[in-house]
Amino acid sequence: MDFEFSEEQQLLKDSIEGLLGDKYDFESRKKFLASSDGWSREIWKQYAELGLLGLPFSEEHGGIDGGPVETMIVMSAIGNALALEPYLPTVVLAGGLIRRFGTEAQKNKYLPQIAEGKITGAFAHTERQSRYDLFDVKTTAKPSGNGFTLDGQKGVVLNGEQADFIIVTARVSGGQRDKDGLGLFIVDAKANGVSRRGYRTVDGLTAAEIQLSGVKVDADQVIGKPGTAYPLIEQIVDDGIAALCGEAVGVLSALTEATTDYLRTRKQFGVNIGSFQVLQHRNVEMLIAAEQAKSMAMLATMMVNEPDAVQRRKTMSAAKTQIGRSAQFVGEQAIQLHGGIGMTMELKTGHWFKRATAIDIQFGDADYHLEQFGNMGGFETAAQR
Amino acid sequence: MDLNFTKEELSFRDEVRDFFAKNVPAETKKKLTEGRKLEKDDIVNWQRILNKKGWAVYQWPKQYGGTGWTPVQKYIFLEELQRAPAPDPLPFAVSMVGPVIYTFGNEEQKKHFLPRIANLDDWWCQGFSEPGAGSDLAGLSTKAVREGDHWIINGQKTWTTLAQYADWIFVLARTDSKAKKQEGISFILCDMKTPGITVRPIQLIDGGKEVNEVFFDNVKVPYENLVGQENRGWDYAKFLLGNERTGIARVGISKERIRRLKELASLEVSGGKPMMEDARFRAKISQVEIELKALEMTQMRVVAAEGTRRDNKPDPASSILKIKGSEIQQNITDLLMEVVGPFALPFTDEDEAAGSNELPIAPDYAGPLAPIYFNYRKVSIYGGSNEIQKNIIAKAILGL
Repeated sequence: MDFEFSEEQQLLKDSIEGLLGDKYDFESRKKFLASSDGWSREIWKQYAELGLLGLPFSEEHGGIDGGPVETMIVMSAIGNALALEPYLPTVVLAGGLIRRFGTEAQKNKYLPQIAEGKITGAFAHTERQSRYDLFDVKTTAKPSGNGFTLDGQKGVVLNGEQADFIIVTARVSGGQRDKDGLGLFIVDAKANGVSRRGYRTVDGLTAAEIQLSGVKVDADQVIGKPGTAYPLIEQIVDDGIAALCGEAVGVLSALTEATTDYLRTRKQFGVNIGSFQVLQHRNVEMLIAAEQAKSMAMLATMMVNEPDAVQRRKTMSAAKTQIGRSAQFVGEQAIQLHGGIGMTMELKTGHWFKRATAIDIQFGDADYHLEQFGNMGGFETAAQR
Repeated sequence: MDLNFTKEELSFRDEVRDFFAKNVPAETKKKLTEGRKLEKDDIVNWQRILNKKGWAVYQWPKQYGGTGWTPVQKYIFLEELQRAPAPDPLPFAVSMVGPVIYTFGNEEQKKHFLPRIANLDDWWCQGFSEPGAGSDLAGLSTKAVREGDHWIINGQKTWTTLAQYADWIFVLARTDSKAKKQEGISFILCDMKTPGITVRPIQLIDGGKEVNEVFFDNVKVPYENLVGQENRGWDYAKFLLGNERTGIARVGISKERIRRLKELASLEVSGGKPMMEDARFRAKISQVEIELKALEMTQMRVVAAEGTRRDNKPDPASSILKIKGSEIQQNITDLLMEVVGPFALPFTDEDEAAGSNELPIAPDYAGPLAPIYFNYRKVSIYGGSNEIQKNIIAKAILGL
């Protein structure tokens, strides 16, 4: 039992925190937000130089063989700085699918380019009717020529507008809500039949609605065996959840600290408002919620490679529930304790709050995962007497 | 970062688990599972079984009979103890007065009291709270005045848990009324048989009588029963209150109760199906289970950090464990009451019915559930109320 970082992990933490500390102050971030991409290609290059973009990939694919703990370190720093770059969709999700389940040819084609910062990716799974159910897929993949033809619509695809390649979930066979019959397809974003409508999400990140009309995909662009992709989708979403939990740790600790700082400096009635017990206790409750979230983020990180899918999914649902509950509580309290200034776009607090809110929603909110957790039987089994 | 126990720790866990499985008396275990009150004998017998094994004062330094276990081993032991379930070694003796005696007491006190504490030859109770000194403990007014080689103690203590069984009480008494309130207090050991001590039971809202008032009327105590130095008692009290940090979250007990809750939720029916299949009720169980897992992880973080801490000060994070642990325990007792619906209402006085429930249709297991709910309101009050814990965190961690 050990919660310490190794020397290498500490170095990684220092290097990304150093980079973001130098380059990602509030004013710079505003400029990145206002740019046409909505994030900084310059910073993306520096991620590549630090090895962050190939972090989980093997050395032969241009990576540094990092594990879930390394990803958590990076995501937590991203959350703290509110970095806007598409790390989650590119490295964790799209890159992760290829890293975990891709063919050798697919790995050679995509991973080194991701690691060098030359291409970004996206993972398109959500549909209008699916809500958070990963198996609810209407988009179809029909055999044609040596590959497939895709038709359908995907929504809220992170980095969907700028991605160079998009990995799409589509139905090869079966009914709309069947777990069997799903496939994963790597689609070139410039392919004929792909149209994208990009926009910003509430937290300032970029996403897109994607229309697929008769999009041809070669057989060598299929991940896994068509029709049996559901467990792969579950795994990559678990990777995404673990990464989001790590990011939430950065966001929630930042919100708690910012609030403590504000209580220490803001004066009313001639004293620092932090001298009022009612506000102290609220800030303590934020700290407790943030620590509980951190504990579950660590558990999620350490369970994300668990081969027993039920144990793994259960833990992810538990973690995502805790993260969602803590995110809402800490975020709302931070705004309340900052008062009017917390309502403005001029302070980072509101931006952290919005990211915390989006984290709760992505890949299933707290109530959704609470139900999933219960359906899987929870952690403890009933006593038998 | 690694969540797993080492091979040695795992085999230690198996050894402990096996010992508890074979040695916790069946009747004691049954009472704990059903939420019925333990008798004095349950606790004494069990602690003697532990002491024979060398585990009654496992957390003490080796030279006084402790085990020399690592923080992780201590954590495992306590988890398994609570999971078994088995009674805690008497906290007033083992976790409170014992460590004060071996840390601040003189050689005679150590030699006389420590082995008797380990074997529970003396039952100890805690003479801290007073009618006018609760959260503001240092405002206590019980007085000890020195007369030759004796103390004369006058005053009143309250909320004294299980004083009805006690052979000894450790008392915080004011010995210098002119000093600042924290600086005029001494820590004195007192034989409960001394003339002038009266114990009056207090009935709590669960119907039980686990706490008492203890009155001191010109109680004459030998001077050498003072622990450490005169007027330094507040320091010893703070040491004592901060000493019990692992296990304060009572994760093992809550886990055991959740297993019980799920068992009852599969037996109890609502709308023609088991409560366990009721989406709303199941969501409540899931919510508390998740919070408990988070707390378990938080506790493991504290325990792991304890192994590398250099100072011997309590981790302020243990206040988080106390707050969250008590909230979770209370939440579970609420669900345990809810699960039996109307059959939570019939009240059986345990003293009169000796634990049996002869009502015609209520299940036996329903009887103690409402009383436990009422009784467990105490856990966010004792040992420094949750509001006091929040004051501590605001000051020590947040610096407000």
